[in-house]
Amino acid sequence: MKQLMNAKRLKNEAALAMERDGSGAGGEASYGRLSTGGLDTTHGAILYLEDITVVFDGFKALNNLSLDIGVGELRCIIGPNGAGKTTMMDVITGKTRPTSGTVFFGQTIDLTRLNEAQIADAGIGRKFQRPTVFEQHTVFENLELAMKADKHVRPTLFARLSATQRDRIAETLELLRLTGEYRRPAGLLSHGQKQWLEIGMLLMQEPQLLLLDEPVAGMTDAETERTGELLNDLRGKHSLVVVEHDMDFVNQIAQGGKVTVLCEGSVLAEGTMEQVQADQRVIEVYLGR
Amino acid sequence: MNAATRSSTLSYESGTLFSAKAWAGIVAVAALFAALPALNLIFPPGHSLYVSAFAIALIGKFMCYAMAALALDLVWGYAGILSLGHGLFFALGGYGMGMYLMRSGKPSPDIVPDFMTFLSWKTYPWFWSFTEHFWYAMLLVLIVPGLLAFIFGYFAFRSRIKGVYFSIITQALTFAAMLLFFRNETGFGGNNGFTDFKRILGFDITSPQTRAVLYWTTLAALVGSLVLGRAVMQSKLGRVLTAIRDAESRLRFLGYEPLGFKLFVWTLSAVICGIAGALYVPQVGIINPGEMSTENSIEMVIWVATGGRGTLIGPIIGAGTINGLKTWFTSVFPEFWLYALGLIFVLVTLFLPQGIVGLVRKLGRGDKGQSS
Repeated sequence: MKQLMNAKRLKNEAALAMERDGSGAGGEASYGRLSTGGLDTTHGAILYLEDITVVFDGFKALNNLSLDIGVGELRCIIGPNGAGKTTMMDVITGKTRPTSGTVFFGQTIDLTRLNEAQIADAGIGRKFQRPTVFEQHTVFENLELAMKADKHVRPTLFARLSATQRDRIAETLELLRLTGEYRRPAGLLSHGQKQWLEIGMLLMQEPQLLLLDEPVAGMTDAETERTGELLNDLRGKHSLVVVEHDMDFVNQIAQGGKVTVLCEGSVLAEGTMEQVQADQRVIEVYLGR
Repeated sequence: MNAATRSSTLSYESGTLFSAKAWAGIVAVAALFAALPALNLIFPPGHSLYVSAFAIALIGKFMCYAMAALALDLVWGYAGILSLGHGLFFALGGYGMGMYLMRSGKPSPDIVPDFMTFLSWKTYPWFWSFTEHFWYAMLLVLIVPGLLAFIFGYFAFRSRIKGVYFSIITQALTFAAMLLFFRNETGFGGNNGFTDFKRILGFDITSPQTRAVLYWTTLAALVGSLVLGRAVMQSKLGRVLTAIRDAESRLRFLGYEPLGFKLFVWTLSAVICGIAGALYVPQVGIINPGEMSTENSIEMVIWVATGGRGTLIGPIIGAGTINGLKTWFTSVFPEFWLYALGLIFVLVTLFLPQGIVGLVRKLGRGDKGQSS
């Protein structure tokens, strides 16, 4: 089943790559730029973290953390405050360099050697804890900027939106239920709408792996539910890592998938939500308070 | 255009350079200013339509300032990079032009100027080679500020130096350059700089006709910079720049490397500023290290802030307004000008954060054709 999905995805990506080449956007290969169709996931995993340690002034934010995420998986990561969840995201996206350990995207891409932009370009999208959108830009422009394209200086200067690209933005707006707001500056959106817009921006990047840091923080119940639906929509189309505090929400989206509990910088437990909730150590450090 | 009609739900116009109304305004104002030297040439002094040579020289000078302000707006208003060193790029352009003018005014371009004679130099130092040729000197005007900005910008932006730290470094760079240019033995004419200009491309630099041509060239360069700046800012690259200003790290995680974008706009800005300096020198007749002083660079920032940053047209208005006031003030109460300038800056910061353009937009409900 998973393999089938994978094959389908690769086909889609090949089509996209062709479309991009056809549009003649620069087409020059450059450092760190990878053809997305070629991400080597032969062993079924899209992301490997191995023995990651991050030390800040003697404090071990991550301590020999090892983790891998399967292709098409939706993985929830929970853990008490200070467990290292955000630091882990920082390591994956190149914001923080690990003191030791390796991070591989697919079989071949060593993320510890790329910068933030190169990692994003390789196919990892990240949503921040606080919604971060470009507040002075319109909703439409936010999606336009995020859209997968050659993001070097010259192609950007001469970029023109094609009809297909416009349609893609329109589709995403539809999905986010923001069609009516597309001309408004993003700063005027409600908190929940900003969160959705940011998720939409990630989708425009067409990443293979999405990292979501507390996507429902500060949302109303209705907004939370809607976000859950949105993430369930993405399941299978992308690999997802969701860091979350809200247990009900984790229950809603985990759906029998794997949940990882982090504590003091390393993995404390891993398993389905029921298994994790039944684990005595987890109850001690986290659920039981 | 086809794309807009095919796209089912969204009509989103991007890439329109100016609205028809804004174009009409620009053309009308440019035509009005272009007519002034003609009035100076056609009518005799004393005629009611006569425009004095003094006024022409003054407006020509203001237009150079306006170009520098526009250049500063590209980096500060759009990309959020506050430079306190644009006086340096302005001066470098000016020195390139100044050296050509000085050599072209002599009976033979190989005769060294007095300050070199005092240093007992018989020939021009290597870095002034070929500056007797106008087009080579103009090439220097473009390349020297551009290259310096590129190299400086590369190291500063690569190290992710931002905000006030960046501003202070630009200030320090300009100050260092000023000290260098002040020294006699460096070959830049010491504190007198370059002056005693007589001819440009064989024409008498003081004749009203030559002055009119210089004025028109400056006007064309100013309008050209405005259109170019607008074209850049209306492109997707312009939106990337404003995104760098507002949330740089978000942009990195979208896959943009800000370094190249910052370098592009920073270098473009320096080149435009250098051209402004080169046009300034033949109209005022002198270039000296005073142009690199701290006050000059800060004054440019005030022009932009007063006019309205991030608007392109605002800095032009701001440069005109502040310099107009300065001209009036320094003739009436010369000793109070700096206090007045400081007061203007404080008042603008407190009450007109969007500058004059922001005020006009507010009054006219944003219907100025400039809303982006």
